Amino acid sequence: MSTLVTRPLDAALAASSEAVIAKKILVLGATSGIAEATCRIWAAEGAQLFLVARNAEKLAAVAADLKLRGASYVGAAVADLDDTDKHAELLTHAVNSLTGMDIAFLAHGILGDQARGEQEFEHAAQIIYTNFIAPVSLLTWLANYCVQRHAGVIAVLSSVAGERGRRSNYIYGSSKAGLTAFLSGLRNRIDREGVTVMTIKPGPVNTSMTAHMNIKKADVNKVAKTIVKAIDKRVDTLYVPFLFLPIMFIVRHIPERIFKKLNF
Amino acid sequence: MPHSVADPQPAKTATSAFESWGRYPRYDATIVPLNWQSDFPGVMAGLHGGALPVGLGRSYGDVCLLKDGNLLQTTGMDRLLNFDPVTGILTAEAGVSLAKILDFAVPRGFFLSVTPGTKYVTLGGAIACDIHGKNHEFAGSFGNHVPSFELVRSDGSRRVCSPTENPDWYAATIGGMGLTGVITWAQLKLRPIVSRKIDYEGIQFHGIDEFLDLKQRYQHVEYTVSWVDCASTGRNFARGVFMLGEHSKAPGELKPSPERKLVFPFDLPGFALNHTTVSIFNSVFFHKQIKPHVKTVQDYEPYFYPLDAVLHWNRMYGKRGLVQFQYAIPWQHAKEGTISILREIAKSGLASFLAVLKAFGDIPSLGMMSFPQAGIMLALDFPIKPDLTFPLLQRLGDMTLEFGGRLYAAKDAAMTPAQFQAFYPQWQRFAQFRDPRLNSSFWERVTGGQSTL
Repeated sequence: MSTLVTRPLDAALAASSEAVIAKKILVLGATSGIAEATCRIWAAEGAQLFLVARNAEKLAAVAADLKLRGASYVGAAVADLDDTDKHAELLTHAVNSLTGMDIAFLAHGILGDQARGEQEFEHAAQIIYTNFIAPVSLLTWLANYCVQRHAGVIAVLSSVAGERGRRSNYIYGSSKAGLTAFLSGLRNRIDREGVTVMTIKPGPVNTSMTAHMNIKKADVNKVAKTIVKAIDKRVDTLYVPFLFLPIMFIVRHIPERIFKKLNF
Repeated sequence: MPHSVADPQPAKTATSAFESWGRYPRYDATIVPLNWQSDFPGVMAGLHGGALPVGLGRSYGDVCLLKDGNLLQTTGMDRLLNFDPVTGILTAEAGVSLAKILDFAVPRGFFLSVTPGTKYVTLGGAIACDIHGKNHEFAGSFGNHVPSFELVRSDGSRRVCSPTENPDWYAATIGGMGLTGVITWAQLKLRPIVSRKIDYEGIQFHGIDEFLDLKQRYQHVEYTVSWVDCASTGRNFARGVFMLGEHSKAPGELKPSPERKLVFPFDLPGFALNHTTVSIFNSVFFHKQIKPHVKTVQDYEPYFYPLDAVLHWNRMYGKRGLVQFQYAIPWQHAKEGTISILREIAKSGLASFLAVLKAFGDIPSLGMMSFPQAGIMLALDFPIKPDLTFPLLQRLGDMTLEFGGRLYAAKDAAMTPAQFQAFYPQWQRFAQFRDPRLNSSFWERVTGGQSTL
């Protein structure tokens, strides 16, 4: 873990007068397509951002871009979030750099290779570890941090793929199903403490993660706009695009004896 | 916020995944997105056939196409990396559009030093075509404002290129049509402005002599361009409107541009644009300016980017698409060449609206294959009528050659190998800088399909 951008003096001075308005946002998986698009909106609003990602070169480009787009502060740390032993140290550093935290946005995850995962347990386990186990570790720390302050929004990217296992991506889907269930329980526990836990369920979005998929995909900038608005409104569960709310209702309610014969 | 507005992506259809702006020719290709500076050449592993870096697909013919190849779409590489408000030098990834650069620059009191007639082109594309604007006499072409960039080759080598560092690669890549490698980031020198407004003047003229007089009289004005009527003959031959503009010196609001709303919704049938409708359009355009001389102040958007107001306006030409024709003829034969070519166009009855006439200045372009040269430039579109349009384009190409001029690769779909090689005799020297894994349908066409490396 290394800090790429140190807090410049002018930003620190500006922050003292703007502290009331500028949101303090921690972004985990900041180089993911959805996270980057969302951060661009926050940056234009003058937010203070702390970015975490695995690849130093990509993170540096994203951090520079968000700074230029108007973020009042951009801190960054390179970390592999599979390394749960380092989570406490990483999150402490992030929250200290931001001098607080209003929003945590968890956007890291891997799609994995379904076909490979069907043959190799190690690959299936990797998908579930990165998409479910590692977020549980992060969420445990973040939930307890927010509960102590009775404040904060924890927004997490899950997926519509977690609504029902399908042959084409049930390993990824089950990792997201676990995450969705965990978030629902966590919300049930800490919403009454004044902490918003938000489950974001995107349909297919046009990002590098889905570049190889030849299907209709939502525009990432529109998705990002929707996410920013939903976080401001402290929504519990967000389907984006919204059309996936009725679609997934139907998908969940198809009788299993029919569902098991479908190909999608 | 303007930062979150998506640039209009090239239209995607079942028959062709990626179209050029002229929608002719159309070729199937695989689109391979480049989202990060480190993606190339790694993405080439396992790809069959050649590849070509592309941006927003606003060049007209086949310079942004590669039949049955891989198009490396750079629009995901759109990050701003650094800006120095003292020098005005912006460093950005090559896939960022000029629209996004303006969204960033205008509220900070800066503008593009050179801008084409659409803001929906990428930084990398602007360098690769060494595009020009209405202020060529003052600013030269786009490459003149690019102090440096990084070029990555398919062998994995990375070079920072500038007039002093790797100067040969710098010259080959400016105007190099994306064939020398992938530009990952570039520096761009912006110019200060104090207002979004443009002080505009429009003056009617009749004939090339009057055009040249006006050019002479207003040589102190930064932006000059003329619309010319290519359809009329006789008394109205080469009538037009000389349009002048300068950034307003009165400080004004520097707010970002609003989102555009209009989209040309469908393809017009092929017969919709014919000699009659075009003649009516041209008469209306000429007389829209009721007085022979108009002075006004307008926003830079309608001044520089009138057609950007309607997304996918190229659908007006129907499914068959359009071809552009654009020449630059040196002063020595500029006048007689322009008159002869305008006559040939008017005689053909194929001319369309939006013919643009402009003088190029004598600031040399930095690119080895750059198009601009001092003299007169004419650009216009033709609807595609297979039996008529292409023979006409061959004649016009030959006439351009006779008058010592050349055609613009970014607007071309019809040059023959013989014409190209005569327009750009340095092409074989340029070919030595081409990346062996990169190619374009344009390059295959004008080099006669021969492998150059």
